[in-house]
Amino acid sequence: MQHIMTKNDYRKYVDKVSPNSKTVRNTLRAFVVGGFICMIGQFFMNSFKQMGLDQEVTSSLTSIVMIFLGVSLTALNLYDDLGKFAGAGSIVPITGFANAVASPAIEYKSEGYVLGIGARMFLIAGPVLVYGISMSIIAGIFRYLLKH
Amino acid sequence: MRETVMQYLNAFAIGGLICSAGQVLIDKTKLTPARILVLFVSMGVVLTALGVYQGIVDVGGAGATIPLTGFGYSLAKGAFRDVDKYGLLGAFTGGIRATAAGVAAAVFFSYLAAVAFKPRAKS
Repeated sequence: MQHIMTKNDYRKYVDKVSPNSKTVRNTLRAFVVGGFICMIGQFFMNSFKQMGLDQEVTSSLTSIVMIFLGVSLTALNLYDDLGKFAGAGSIVPITGFANAVASPAIEYKSEGYVLGIGARMFLIAGPVLVYGISMSIIAGIFRYLLKH
Repeated sequence: MRETVMQYLNAFAIGGLICSAGQVLIDKTKLTPARILVLFVSMGVVLTALGVYQGIVDVGGAGATIPLTGFGYSLAKGAFRDVDKYGLLGAFTGGIRATAAGVAAAVFFSYLAAVAFKPRAKS
């Protein structure tokens, strides 16, 4: 414990402590909201599996439903509010990817249907696809070379 | 019943942990969300290629597949599967084949949303 003598000491003390406690708070929020979104995903996965669908169809349908939810909440202006609270908890799940596509698409509508909506929806999704796809191709080539 | 409860708890815990990692990166490194997403997809591809991520999926279920690292997992798994099936061509077809549903849904729903909704008024 630190003795706080003056206003100045107090300010120093707050400065020293608050960045950390803020990170702890943000991380906790990200954990809870991110974990909860994944539980919703688990619910849909289990439901589709129970309908007798195979693994591949189940995971594709789960992605579609979660993305539909993410886009819908974005269109209703609710996902931004969730993001202010949850930070990475709303960015990292696939609903956050859906938000990253829908949000600029809606926002840049005024720039037109082609260069506004059509182009801007890939503002963040574009880099994700570029790096994700490229790395999966490299991984596939390595797999091929190691087998031959 | 008990198994299902464990499944949900695992999804919550693993999914929460992956998102927490993203939050720590945002707070400590000032990485923008776009960079976090790129990093997480890439991490997912690499960890899957190294054979690590499948184990996380086996435990975490949706907790491992719903975060963006799971998108990387699907990309890499798809590329591997198609390479085993079709040879080198599979490296080019597998990733997109495995993730087609999600990417197509994101593009299509976002387009519909952009056409139907007005942007939020700047406050």
